[in-house]
Amino acid sequence: MSDELLDRLTADLKPTPPRALQARLFGWAGLGAVLSAIIMLLWLGPRPDMMQAPGTMMFWTKFGYTAIFAIVGGIAALNLARPGGRLGPQVLVLAALVLLVGAGGLVQLMLMGPDQMSNLVMGNTALRCPFYIVALSAPIYGAIVLAMRRAAAPTNPTLAGFAAGLFAGGAGVWIYAFHCTENGMPFIAIWYTAGVLATALLGALIGRFALRW
Amino acid sequence: MSVTSDMEARLRALMLKALDGDAGAYRTLLEELRRMLRPYFARRLTPELAANSDDLVQETLMAIHTRRLTYDRAQPLTAWVHAIARYKLIDHFRRARVRATVPLEDDAALFARDEAGDASARMDVDAVLSTLPARPAELIRQTRLEGASIAEAAARTGMSESAVKVSIHRGLRSLADRFGGRSDE
Repeated sequence: MSDELLDRLTADLKPTPPRALQARLFGWAGLGAVLSAIIMLLWLGPRPDMMQAPGTMMFWTKFGYTAIFAIVGGIAALNLARPGGRLGPQVLVLAALVLLVGAGGLVQLMLMGPDQMSNLVMGNTALRCPFYIVALSAPIYGAIVLAMRRAAAPTNPTLAGFAAGLFAGGAGVWIYAFHCTENGMPFIAIWYTAGVLATALLGALIGRFALRW
Repeated sequence: MSVTSDMEARLRALMLKALDGDAGAYRTLLEELRRMLRPYFARRLTPELAANSDDLVQETLMAIHTRRLTYDRAQPLTAWVHAIARYKLIDHFRRARVRATVPLEDDAALFARDEAGDASARMDVDAVLSTLPARPAELIRQTRLEGASIAEAAARTGMSESAVKVSIHRGLRSLADRFGGRSDE
């Protein structure tokens, strides 16, 4: 091999700041999230009681649950964007979170009694909810995967796609929560989680092919 | 300080300078990495694929360049380079549709030979051949069992080729008569 390649690469060298990867991935993901928020507002619309909702505990439960998914998923996606990255404790943290909210849901069911069962578990939107979540997550997933294709080096493309899906699903469901008026903890534990998990699994499938480099 | 950790420290220092835009350090680093990567790939490719070793070195260096922002400054540099090289190698195997196998002609050595079976078969053949006179028995052994050609057997025994053929033919015929098999001559 000639030195020509080394000359070319050396000439192309530009300074790389320490957090360049984070800036790249989450910069793009942020654009995706803005797009997704616009889609939510135009297509589904904010919840009608948006002004009163922040006074309720359920609003903040949904806000926190989905935000933690986005943050922990984002950490996982960043780890797996690097060569040799693993999906270690993040999945355990998220599993514990789901169990915690699931347990909260059971408590709520016992306190509210059997006649509230259907309202708390199925609400009015149970079967639509996961599809909306996947749809609102798609622009975020697309943005972070495009950024990964160009700059990241995931040595396990399937797992990297899964982590990107967890992050996009978490961010997407966070946006969706501003539309959704459901108030059951069981509803959150089941249907929000289903939407995020579906996004992550689809993400793994796409990542397997899209994240090779 | 051991040799490897010494090398790690030196290469990592070069990388940190390179990330801050030091072209001289970057050039030195790329040369060192190229020197490390050549034997890495050469040793791991089968002889048929060894020609691709240079391509892999080149691809890995390009990946290191375009994806250098994935290097975490707090982590060892050699581990990062190794993970990239390993990915490129596996990707190459996948594209070339080869698995980590030995060439077909070498696989015999993988199987333990059934020595007992070999020995009893050899004893059967010896018993059969011992019913023939010494010369045709020896010629049959050489040409049919040990793979010598008629010409080689003729040279070894000092007989003419046609005499060798006749002797083998007669020997096989008499074996066929005695054991009820069919001579293939």
